[in-house]
This record gives sequence, C-alpha cells and structure tokens, in this order.
Amino acid sequence: MISLTINNKPYQLDIDPNTPLLWVLRDHLDLVGTKFGCGLAQCGACTVHLNGEAIRSCVTKVSRAEGQKVVTIEGLSDTGEHPVQKAWLELDVAQCGYCQTGQIMSAAVLLNQNKNPTDKDIDAAMSGNICRCGTYLRIREAIHLAAEIQQKNG
Amino acid sequence: MPKKSMTLITGFVSLVALMSFALKNEADFTKGTIHSAKKDSIESVKAFKDVYKVLMSPRCMNCHPAGDTPLQGDDSHPHSMLPQRGKDGKGIYTMKCANCHQATNLAGLNMPPGHPDWHLPPADMKMVFEGKTPQELAKQLVNPNTNGNKTLKQLLEHADDGLVKAGWNPGEGRTLPPISHAAFKKAWITWIENGAFAPSK
Repeated sequence: MISLTINNKPYQLDIDPNTPLLWVLRDHLDLVGTKFGCGLAQCGACTVHLNGEAIRSCVTKVSRAEGQKVVTIEGLSDTGEHPVQKAWLELDVAQCGYCQTGQIMSAAVLLNQNKNPTDKDIDAAMSGNICRCGTYLRIREAIHLAAEIQQKNG
Repeated sequence: MPKKSMTLITGFVSLVALMSFALKNEADFTKGTIHSAKKDSIESVKAFKDVYKVLMSPRCMNCHPAGDTPLQGDDSHPHSMLPQRGKDGKGIYTMKCANCHQATNLAGLNMPPGHPDWHLPPADMKMVFEGKTPQELAKQLVNPNTNGNKTLKQLLEHADDGLVKAGWNPGEGRTLPPISHAAFKKAWITWIENGAFAPSK
C-alpha cells in the first residue's frame, strides 16, 4: 500500500510503486485536470507540485510522492481564486487549453518563489512549458498581472 | 655566543624554515602541483592525458559548461528548455534539475538520466571544463580556490563520487566515457600521487 496526500486529502493505494504519478492521478484518482503531453519530461503539460516544486508527473514514480505533499490543478485553490487563475481568466490566456494546466502550475511556483518576476525571470522559469498554440506572450502578461493581484491580496 | 642568544637564533631560523615550507606547499598547490612523497612529472602528465580525455567527454563536460545552461547529448548541444544553473547549481524556480531528473535513470532511449543529487557546479565556483586546455584544467583541478575547496584527500576520493560514477551509467542512447571507470580512477590517482603536474599546454 502507498500513502499519498493529494490536495490535502489522504489516499491509500494498492499500486505498483513504479507507476508514474500522472497515471495514478488520472487513472486511479480521476484527477484528470493534469494532462499527458509527451511522457518524456519535455513539454510540461503534466506539471504538478511536489512539496512546492513544479515536478513532471509523467516521469515521477508514485513512490517519490509517498508521504509528501502533492498539489494538482484541482487543489491549487478551492474556487479558482488563485491569482494565476484569476489573471488567466482576465486575459483569456488559453487557446486550445491543453498545456494550460502545466503553465498555471508552473506560474504558481514561480510567483511563490519570486513575487515580482521580470520578463527574463518569467522566460527562464516557463521555458520548460511548451504551448503549441503559441500563447507565450499572453502567458507572460498574465504572470505579471498575477503578481500584481498577489501583491494586492497581500 | 651566550647560550640565550643561540637559543633565540636557532628558534628564529626554525620559524623561518617552517614558514617557507608552508608557503612553498601553498604556492605549489596553486601552481598545479601537490607536495607528495613521490614526484614524477612525466608519469603524472602522462596519466593526465587519460584524465583529460574523460573529463572532456560529453558525460562529464555536459554538466561543466562554460555558460549557465547545461549541455546535452553526445554533441554537447545546449540542454533543451535552456534550464539555468541557479545559485546552488540545482536550477531556478520551476526549472530545478530534480523536477525532471529522478534518483535513477529512466528506461527508454534518451530519457532523462537520474541521480539523487543531480546538479551543476554552483554559481560561485563554476568549475568549467568546456573549452579548457589540458594545462588550464589540470591547474583548475588542483587549486582549492577553483576545484570546489577540495583538499588533496578529497580530490583523490572524488574519483568515486556518485555523480562522477554516474557518467559510466548514462542511460540509453548516450555513449560512455572513452575509458572504463577503473582505468580513469587509476589515471586520476597516478596523476595526483605523482605530483599532479599540469601539462605544458
């Protein structure tokens, strides 16, 4: 049995410890907000938080998450009020939307570690999240807006 | 000469001798040579040829880049996604090495290789291999100010460091260093124990 805490909820799963965390989230726990993109840690679509870091769940064995704190897009906020989510809606960032879960989860980690990122900081932090629709400029703008919202919220 | 003066002079001479010995050792170390029981510059420089071949192979050099982005692949191209070194060498923000690199290699061709302590050298001591001549690299390796503050003993032990050895277990799709780890370790020890001489070029 593997003990997991995902979005503050405890789970006990009888599962192969080598199973990728993404498979566990989507296929066993029905948390399908996190997407499968490449399966190679190359695109960022599967980004979730493990103890506050933006890990790639497609290549992370579930055993690494045992006893740790995992947050997925479903648990980023209770009602979509996280500054990044608010900014994303405000600026209509998503086009097809497939990569946006990973983008938002990465942006949330960036803003947690850097309250007022420059364009250069944003580019460096978000370079591992690929968007096939090319929404990069809106993503950058939204991260600046999210930083402002975060500062206003104190 | 009075006995007291003799004692003073003897003491002074001994002190000067001790100081010069200490200074010589320090100077030798920073020049690329280490005080050791046996010194054989020919044997040492010959062994360093093998050391250099390994350190400049992609498996070692890719994580000792001249810039702040690691290199990747057998052609040592910039790492995809352009991750940055960061202060501690473990990446920045969302782009930490361990976000993708796991504790062990992942199965499959060119999948991210793994180690529990995957990282580049830190920003305050980059320990660059890329572009270094044999002489430059040898001098850098023996100088504590440029080798990660390593003593002679730590330098010898570094041949068995986990990340160093990971070079010989690179995961599918990556070539091995040009000689075995055992041969590298032998060359490394031979180079150091014979005085860690730097080649002329």
